[in-house]
Amino acid sequence: MNELLWIFVSALLINNFVLSYFLGLCPFLGVSGRLDTAFRLGLATIFVMLITALCSWFLNTYVLVYAPYLRLISFIVVIASTVQFIEMVIKKLSPALFKALGIFLPLITTNCAILGLAIFATNRGYGLAEGLVFAFGAGAGFTLALVLMAGIREEVELSDVPALIRGTAMNLIIAGILSMAFMGFAGLFSAT
Amino acid sequence: MAKHKEDLHQEFIKGIWRDNPVFVQVLGMCPMLAVTNTAVNALAMGAATFFVLVGSSFLVSSLRLWIPRQVRISTYIIIIATFVTVTDFTLEALVPKIHKELGAFIPLIVVNCMILGRQEAFASRNSVRLAVMDALGMAAGFLFALLSLGTVREILGEGKLFGFSLFGPDFEPWVIMILPPGGFLTLGLLLLFFSWVKERKQRLEQRLTQLESEAQ
Repeated sequence: MNELLWIFVSALLINNFVLSYFLGLCPFLGVSGRLDTAFRLGLATIFVMLITALCSWFLNTYVLVYAPYLRLISFIVVIASTVQFIEMVIKKLSPALFKALGIFLPLITTNCAILGLAIFATNRGYGLAEGLVFAFGAGAGFTLALVLMAGIREEVELSDVPALIRGTAMNLIIAGILSMAFMGFAGLFSAT
Repeated sequence: MAKHKEDLHQEFIKGIWRDNPVFVQVLGMCPMLAVTNTAVNALAMGAATFFVLVGSSFLVSSLRLWIPRQVRISTYIIIIATFVTVTDFTLEALVPKIHKELGAFIPLIVVNCMILGRQEAFASRNSVRLAVMDALGMAAGFLFALLSLGTVREILGEGKLFGFSLFGPDFEPWVIMILPPGGFLTLGLLLLFFSWVKERKQRLEQRLTQLESEAQ
């Protein structure tokens, strides 16, 4: 149990996917303009990450033992088709949710955090339960970073910032400061 | 013929400076920040991306007439994933130490949006020659960006360049530069520098046209 908690907290705060592994930066910089869209995208990502963790565990255990060189190709194909499949299911079952997620659902395919999750979980040899907890922590960490960033950006929008800095340069510097703040979590579990 | 040659040259040059994938288009950020804590890692990552981009541009552009429109994105991704797998195994065999340091970021080249973007925007619509030229330029631009970031971070963060000590033992390294926040800050400041240069140039040009019209 302790082990699982440790995996969760580590993925959520200490080794946050966005702020310390630099995964999923494109949506982090691209979709963090508004708080509510950022939150929805985060939820969709958590969902896809959980499914991906399940699929990659299945592939690792039953298929890739026989053909390790197919790892990358099979992961990416599985992720792309899963996202497509989820999109269809949600559209059928809950049109309201589908409308709320909008374009973000297909865009998740090219989010490197998803493939990164599958590869990290494989490299560390996680089992099914560990993989799922890891996926949930990573997704929640992604959402946390995205929501924090969106909140800060909404504030900055109203502040007096020189025109030259506005845009990507400013967002990156904000992300740097956020990342510095998250480094403070590094000592959280060192005693155990 | 001379014009054709000029075109090829143009495609190559634009990737390095005017349309630099990182500094201007802001694509491919993830590997950009994650592996640039030292110049050597940046160089290895740049070389790997170079190979993948040029190889897949070549293949996509040669096959462009046979790839059905509906499944083109999946086809591109599979082609890219194939080249990345080749790169991954090659690096593991040749330079295991660097491969270990780059870790999961070599397989992650697959989802580098810059590579897929070039296939979709350029290689799938142009002749093989142009596509390869474009890929060479973009890859060189990416390598240039990686190296400039990696050099700055290694010099400030460790006081070294490619592993050689620069400032002697008295230098107190800025450890923050090789940690994640340093990546964000360095890239942010570099982007700021580039937009400053661009704005200055624009202002100079404006002043020039103004002077010319006054002279007439």
